[in-house]
Amino acid sequence: MLLITVDGFREDAFVALSDDTPLPDGAVLVSLSRFQAERDALVARNAPIGVRLKSDQSPEQLGEDVHRLSLVVLEFPKFRDGRAFSWARLLRTRLGFKGEIRAAGDFLFDQIAYQRRVGFDAWEVASNFTPDDLHRAFGEISNVYQPSADGRKTIRELRVSA
Amino acid sequence: MYRYDEFDARFVAERTEQFRHQVERRLSGALTEDQFKPLRLMNGLYLQLHAYMLRVAIPYGTLSSRQLRKLAHIARKYDKGFGHFTTRTNIQYNWIKLVDVPDILAELAEVEMHCIQTSGNCIRNVTADQFAGATPEEIEDPRPLAEIIRQWSSLHPEFVFLARKFKIAVGASPHDRAALLYHDMAVEIVRNDEGRTGYKVLAGGGMGRTPYIAQVMSDFVEREDILAYLEAVLRVYNQDSRRDNIHKQRIKILVNAIGVEEMRTRIAHEFDEIKRLGSLQLPAEELARITAYFAPPAFEPLADAMPSGSADFENWKKSNIHAHRAPGYAIATISLKTIGQVPGDASADQMDALADLMDEFAIPEIRVSHEQNLVLPHVRRKDLPAIFARLQELDLAAPNAGLITDIIACPGLDYCDLANARSIPVAQDIAKRFADLKRQQDIGELKIKISGCINACGHHHAGHIGILGVDKKGVEFYQLLLGGSGAEDASIGQIMGPGFATHEIADAVERVVGLYLKERASGERFLDTYRRLGMEPFKNIAYQEQMDAAYNG
Repeated sequence: MLLITVDGFREDAFVALSDDTPLPDGAVLVSLSRFQAERDALVARNAPIGVRLKSDQSPEQLGEDVHRLSLVVLEFPKFRDGRAFSWARLLRTRLGFKGEIRAAGDFLFDQIAYQRRVGFDAWEVASNFTPDDLHRAFGEISNVYQPSADGRKTIRELRVSA
Repeated sequence: MYRYDEFDARFVAERTEQFRHQVERRLSGALTEDQFKPLRLMNGLYLQLHAYMLRVAIPYGTLSSRQLRKLAHIARKYDKGFGHFTTRTNIQYNWIKLVDVPDILAELAEVEMHCIQTSGNCIRNVTADQFAGATPEEIEDPRPLAEIIRQWSSLHPEFVFLARKFKIAVGASPHDRAALLYHDMAVEIVRNDEGRTGYKVLAGGGMGRTPYIAQVMSDFVEREDILAYLEAVLRVYNQDSRRDNIHKQRIKILVNAIGVEEMRTRIAHEFDEIKRLGSLQLPAEELARITAYFAPPAFEPLADAMPSGSADFENWKKSNIHAHRAPGYAIATISLKTIGQVPGDASADQMDALADLMDEFAIPEIRVSHEQNLVLPHVRRKDLPAIFARLQELDLAAPNAGLITDIIACPGLDYCDLANARSIPVAQDIAKRFADLKRQQDIGELKIKISGCINACGHHHAGHIGILGVDKKGVEFYQLLLGGSGAEDASIGQIMGPGFATHEIADAVERVVGLYLKERASGERFLDTYRRLGMEPFKNIAYQEQMDAAYNG
């Protein structure tokens, strides 16, 4: 698995922990249940924290703690499960989350542009995926009809200014 | 009618190229069929029994003559010379080759058409009253709002991988011709006590395996809030719907699992949050801008007199002509239910000829109804005899709109991969059985709706008489349902009992109708008599033949 963003491939700074691995130093990625169980210890470490949400876990469960996180990973258990599109949107536009939102699991090239619109900015991709693929995905449709989390001007707004 | 500007045109052109790339990846093997499936479905492309089927969107059922000619051309060039108009007011082509699809989409784009979201687990083509903008009944034309919803829902990034499909209809008349109450979500244009126009929003209706009538989520949503409200409903659905059982993933299941009160509470919570952010507010100028596209044609000042003519013409007038908002004008239904024909089918030649007729008689648009007929919305009454004569030449003059032979039928096992039984031959049999026009007129309004499987594309739950094809050990059987309605008095038809064999079903329908004729009180439609008497007497008579056979055989 490679990690890609708009700026290209990137090393994953976060160590993904299972629920029973002892906490190491440095940035860690934990499940929602582990975060909730060990919240105080995690926050006290003063190192970046990432939380991985399953597709049936709303980020609203994180409450104000969302602002203590540097990363939220949203899982696609299968590409047909589109709940994470709403979770990302909520993280960005309602909860004001400024950290990284990463797509993980089973998603298609053809979903990446939608993911970016709702707030994703990093993707776990297979080794044959290239930065060109990412930019092709972003460039397929130039304009959008509805506001989302990406702040793009909608076609309606462009019409007014045209 | 709506016309694309540079943004709409570019959007559809880019979407076409995007799909061309997806098809190339499928043909090269880069995409598996499993991965390709949701992508092709979002472009209306099904893999059916014999070939690919392509479903073209006809937003709110409105077409220009230029668009109709293009649909004829596609039928001729890429199909076998026919198109099938559906209960979602779309058109389907049943004999399409995958390699041709990108070219077909490019041809459609030339006339501002596309196949976006005509299938798949996303927001589907938005439908509306086929008499919109022409009927004197409506508060206002529902199509501007339908167009606004079409744009908002087009490739909506949050809602293209929903748990299941999501169908929206818009109406504005007390008489519901768009089956609003059977939709995942319906918007009814209403006026409140202060005389302000706004929207009543319902959700949770649907047919299929588990039919439900939609329930009111909000009695009155202000105009500028409507997209925020619709987005709230969709978000609650996307977040909270089940994903573990394909048969329980429509919004109707969610609404009925958590209860209407809880559903309203969740929607209200989302709605408040979305409103607080403000980005979905619909400015009055935008509504006015879109509404201007749908301004009615300049009606000529005409005498209100209705021309008379031959007995055939008078019969056609009786059922196929409807009141218009402008003096001297009429709405005309073109029945696609000529006795013996496939309900909803039109040939390329018929479509071309209708396009010519529209141009010749200055009829700017034609509509598709969910009952699989076409409608000329703005006809000068004085032109009616000439138009009728032309329709007769085209075999499109059946005087049966709303009568017992105006049957809705899905494509069924003749085409569809999902079907358990054939629908088209059953519709043809019943239509032939009741071909006598005097008898049809005596029976009056009676809506028969036939589906070839539980998915209910033929709206059998909403038929005054519904017929559902089922498969019993490889043999087709037909269940009879009575008492459904898809209109403002919506109800779900009740299943009578064991199914009838293919050769028995038309007889059973005939006996049921015979009992109605015997028992009806003055002015009662079939539906009214059924509602008064209940299932029992109809059931007794329907199975008469089977009982006689059991006792005498």
